[in-house]
Amino acid sequence: MAKYVSLTGNDAAATALRQVRPDVASAYPITPQTELMHKFAEFVANGDVDTEVILVESEHSAMSAAIGASAAGARVFTATSSQGLALMWEMVYIAASCRLPIVMPEVNRALSGPINIHCDHSDSMGCRDAGWIQIFAENSQEAYDSTLQAFRIAERKDVLLPTMICFDGFIISHTNEPVALLQDAQVAAFVGDYKPERALLDVEHPFTVGGLDMPEWYFEHKRQQVEAMRNAFSAIEAVGQEFGKLSGRPYGFLEGYRMDDAECAIIALGSTCGTARVAADEAREQGIKAGVIKLRIFRPFPMRQLRQALGRTKTVGVLDRSISFGIEGGPLFHEVRSHLYGDDRAILPFVYGLGGRDIRVEQIVEVFKTLRDAGKSGLKDRDVEFIGLRE
Amino acid sequence: MSKLPTWKELAIGGVIPKAGSSIEKKTAGWRSNRPIRSNEKCIQCLRCWIFCPDSSILVKDGKVVGIDYDHCKGCGICAEECPKKVVAITMHPESEFEGSKKD
Repeated sequence: MAKYVSLTGNDAAATALRQVRPDVASAYPITPQTELMHKFAEFVANGDVDTEVILVESEHSAMSAAIGASAAGARVFTATSSQGLALMWEMVYIAASCRLPIVMPEVNRALSGPINIHCDHSDSMGCRDAGWIQIFAENSQEAYDSTLQAFRIAERKDVLLPTMICFDGFIISHTNEPVALLQDAQVAAFVGDYKPERALLDVEHPFTVGGLDMPEWYFEHKRQQVEAMRNAFSAIEAVGQEFGKLSGRPYGFLEGYRMDDAECAIIALGSTCGTARVAADEAREQGIKAGVIKLRIFRPFPMRQLRQALGRTKTVGVLDRSISFGIEGGPLFHEVRSHLYGDDRAILPFVYGLGGRDIRVEQIVEVFKTLRDAGKSGLKDRDVEFIGLRE
Repeated sequence: MSKLPTWKELAIGGVIPKAGSSIEKKTAGWRSNRPIRSNEKCIQCLRCWIFCPDSSILVKDGKVVGIDYDHCKGCGICAEECPKKVVAITMHPESEFEGSKKD
């Protein structure tokens, strides 16, 4: 019987990190990630974990320290949000191109400005091309489970890519929920020891990190990153299944809800998926064959799995919690539509929840009605619809 | 280009997987001024060796024996640091050496 405790998303991720016992953590506080690092620092101060915590002067330094420690051969994590991620931007790309399996909880918060501390996905969406694996969690349990899995995925020899676990600021990070924890020994056995192929501290085998790539070299290194991201598909699948055997909670790329006979479906990320499932139930009571696809993995983007999960749906609504200016809809919509190119379905863009604005069940029921009507009228394309905006 | 490794053959992460590769890689191609050293004038104070940022002053048995023109970028620090009463190292435009072996 699993042990259930009441934890916030931040505490759940910090607990996972304590159980993983990374060698090094670099830390700089930013709302709403701050409590995660507080909790982890408390574990360190109490002697519950022997991680070397480096207190740095900015997020740029946090990622730089993580890169240095990882190249030295350590298992490393840091965590951030919003402006913090924006400030570490340069190093985020370098971590990926140096192929360092750094793990980073990314507590989703809107990017300034205007300054706002509440949830949307504009921060992590901005680095979707940085070369990181991106996992989105729906609740504290998933934040815990995915943090544990992230190390295994990131560190697999044919992957070696940094991995961020994205979860919604405040909605998940500051909300207490029952979380089933594994025992410390189970986690230790699951993640195993980290044995890097190369480590700067191994002075018997010197090598250079971060050398200059001239035009005759750079392109090949980028191609290697493409391959690593392709290999990540099987890593995510295998690790998710193995974790399922251990915990009873198997993970894949996405999760469908009432999709078997669904005619219209909503695709979303993060905590909104729970609201969407309730909305799907209500929509079905009103005679709409509604379903929900929760996308768990955003990078690598699971195109094959998504196409399969969409089954016989005729209309698809994509709910973006971030925005792209100068093009209709948000990044999730663009990716979904791109991967369904040539498809007969209507794929409609919705943007909601920017800057932490709540999305309610009845609003998503309205989305299902819009999708049903689009299915009847044959509408295939239209400008983005903003949910909950004062018009 | 054909001799360079493919993306499958190349070490990942942009690492240079062995030490000492900077000795093989000649990096003096952009030098525009060449330091010329006079062995007769040199008093072996080793200031040039101390200050050279590219380890391009060649020293053997505690004495300067020459300059590594494969790695010297021509910054002129050696000439600047050479004592004013000695002036054993002077900088000369590379154009003066056109036709001769450059690096």
